[in-house]
Amino acid sequence: MTFVQGLKCRECGQDYPKEPLHVCETCFGPLEVVYDYDRIKKEISREKIAQRAKSLWRYRELLPIDGEPQAGLYSGFTPLIRAHRLGAALGAKELYIKDDSVNHPTFSYKDRVVSVAISKAIEFGFDTVSCASTGNLANSVAAHAAKAGLNCYVFIPEGLEQGKIIGSAIYGPRTIAIQGNYDDVNRLCSEIADKYGWAFVNVNLRPYYAEGAKTHGFEVAEQLGWKLPRHIVVASAGGTILPKIAKAFKELKQVGLIDDSACKIYAAQATGCAPIIQALKKGADLISPVKPNTIASSIAIGNPADGFYVLQAVKESGGWGESVTDEEILDAIKLLARTEGIFTEPAGGTEVAVTRKLIQQGRIPRDESVVISITGNGYKTLEVVAKSVEQPFKIRADLRNFDELYLQLNQPTPGKVAAGEG
Amino acid sequence: MSVRVRVPTPLRKFTNGADEVNAQGPNVRAIVDDLDRSYPGIRERICDETGKVRRFVNVYVNGDDIRFLQNLETSLKDGDNISIVPAIAGGL
Repeated sequence: MTFVQGLKCRECGQDYPKEPLHVCETCFGPLEVVYDYDRIKKEISREKIAQRAKSLWRYRELLPIDGEPQAGLYSGFTPLIRAHRLGAALGAKELYIKDDSVNHPTFSYKDRVVSVAISKAIEFGFDTVSCASTGNLANSVAAHAAKAGLNCYVFIPEGLEQGKIIGSAIYGPRTIAIQGNYDDVNRLCSEIADKYGWAFVNVNLRPYYAEGAKTHGFEVAEQLGWKLPRHIVVASAGGTILPKIAKAFKELKQVGLIDDSACKIYAAQATGCAPIIQALKKGADLISPVKPNTIASSIAIGNPADGFYVLQAVKESGGWGESVTDEEILDAIKLLARTEGIFTEPAGGTEVAVTRKLIQQGRIPRDESVVISITGNGYKTLEVVAKSVEQPFKIRADLRNFDELYLQLNQPTPGKVAAGEG
Repeated sequence: MSVRVRVPTPLRKFTNGADEVNAQGPNVRAIVDDLDRSYPGIRERICDETGKVRRFVNVYVNGDDIRFLQNLETSLKDGDNISIVPAIAGGL
């Protein structure tokens, strides 16, 4: 059963068939999936969804597959956590973490988009899948390709964290590291996609792939009892997820699953790579590309393909955006870990730090509900925080040694365990 | 100045399917004009009605985005490689 009518250019409106196409031949605008919302509205209901398995496919009417899901049967439906302790630290009364750092199977939001892209690749009959990636996408494509028995090539910039390189290699793809940054990888992959007949999840399957990002938004709404938060903070790299969360909220209203789609959306970037935030603050529609220079490698994209749509979604929602320094990002990674027990990568640190800044600026009122979208896992980027955490104390296996150490650690306030700053 | 231009799939129906063509001109703007003489209609796919490169088109000279250079006025030398590439998604 399908509710997909075809593809349409977001810029000039030209129609295209349901094929592995991603850009409009006339204006190069991105293609977007068109659904039959009237039929979906008749078919879908909160009760129906509640009876389904806890994966992103519980919203399948609003996803662009024609047959049954072929991949990612356990992906999505990540926890939405009421963050009391982080909320107290940031001064927010009702704060939630949408925790995609524990997404199945590769611990980032990318398992959402890849589940849809691989399902679609199988529907189209491809035998090889590929991607241009800052790391997380490569991990996810490699894992899903292994499970589906497809050939896999992943392209990454050189110098990525070990966790992200090995986190792909273990699944047996061919990994190609390109000299240069992600924007260079992107350019090359666009040309490779043209030449080789592969399913490039974020190139020729992009219209389908990107739809998977909506499920992050669907889940936030369902987990809040089919209501939206007043504010949501999301990191922006190439600009896929933020506009898709906005689209998800609109669709939920359109098909009658929620009553009110008002929610202010905020973009978060690292100051070392903030082309979208710079354009937002200048009031510009056109995004000037930048050369990335930040520890947040997964959001180090200086030429964001969908940056324009991020600006549009942020403005339409009444939200805003901010950027934060690498130091603020590191602090925020530790703050999230030490208040909520969640270890995120620098992209997640960026979101927490930006939320703190927006609350301090008064952009986000302290007494309204806020969701922070945590998109990736800190265990993949250990190098980034390795030097800013306490090193283990080495002692002999002798109780007296420990007694001495304990006394030392607790000298200023006896009886209280020292907070582990190092 | 003679340069080689890599043509993306959406523009190949102008170039009779060729993925690489030669063009002449001292800067990127002149190359686009020259392409349009050889392959009428291709310019309006690359540039909008005001003459600027379209929002979702990236143009590179020897791998460098022309927005980091002098945009359409970026000057060229013999044998330079130009790529016309649609924007693509990614990251996080």
